[in-house]
Amino acid sequence: MSVKKGTEAERPTTTLELLGDRELVITRSFRAPPHLVFEAWTKPEWVRRWWAPKSRGVEIVECTAQLEVGGRYRYLLRHGENEFGFSGRYTEISPPRRLVYTQCFEAFPGLEAIVTVTFEERNGHTFMSSHELYPSPEAREGALSSGMEDGMRETMDQLDDLVRSLC
Amino acid sequence: MLATFTALAEPNRLRIVELLRQGPRPVNEIKDALRLQQPQVSKHLRVLKEAGLVDVQPRAQQRLYELRAEPLQALHQWLEGYRQLWDDRFNEMDELLAELNEKEKNNVRKKRH
Repeated sequence: MSVKKGTEAERPTTTLELLGDRELVITRSFRAPPHLVFEAWTKPEWVRRWWAPKSRGVEIVECTAQLEVGGRYRYLLRHGENEFGFSGRYTEISPPRRLVYTQCFEAFPGLEAIVTVTFEERNGHTFMSSHELYPSPEAREGALSSGMEDGMRETMDQLDDLVRSLC
Repeated sequence: MLATFTALAEPNRLRIVELLRQGPRPVNEIKDALRLQQPQVSKHLRVLKEAGLVDVQPRAQQRLYELRAEPLQALHQWLEGYRQLWDDRFNEMDELLAELNEKEKNNVRKKRH
């Protein structure tokens, strides 16, 4: 099961694929070598530039990362009056090819995903693959809802409902 | 949504759904096409039916299983939303990478002179 769609002809395509009931894989090519993509993915000053897309009306108010094994990162987003924290720890750092970290939406501390990102060189460009493994099908469903139209507010409500339905 | 996810997470159920995209079929055709045992197919069809993914239509002596479009469309929309979020992020990252590429080229030039 996968979704493929390019927004503009010249832009590389972002693909999303579900594996089993707890995993999902996102892929994308970038017109830059792996060491720069790795840097953009991990350096807080660069993460600030792309992690909260302007088109979503979300701003990133805190962005810290201690890029070492066991080191912690935290991204805090603000949408209107609401803040949403995402954080985790790095478990493997092999620049510029591979990065493994945990990822937790802080409102629901139990639902921690393990994210494995690989950056593969292809003709001077980079093929990125991000594999997310969730602790349960419910946790994956919660994460997927963060892309829904009305953004973070709605995500919060949906996750709330989801978690309540599990209790 | 979770019911749809769970129903489709089993590989043989996903194969059944993919087969039914080509049109409604009776159980024996499904089992032959996918080389599965009939009880297994019946069990999977029951799960798919409970998740609202298939309907049964009686036709002559047969019971035809057919896909229901709604849950699949809802699932696609759901996934598309998350994909779109990452696509928006990556489009912004493209701009950043163009800058970093440029910066690096300039640094190399400076070092050479």
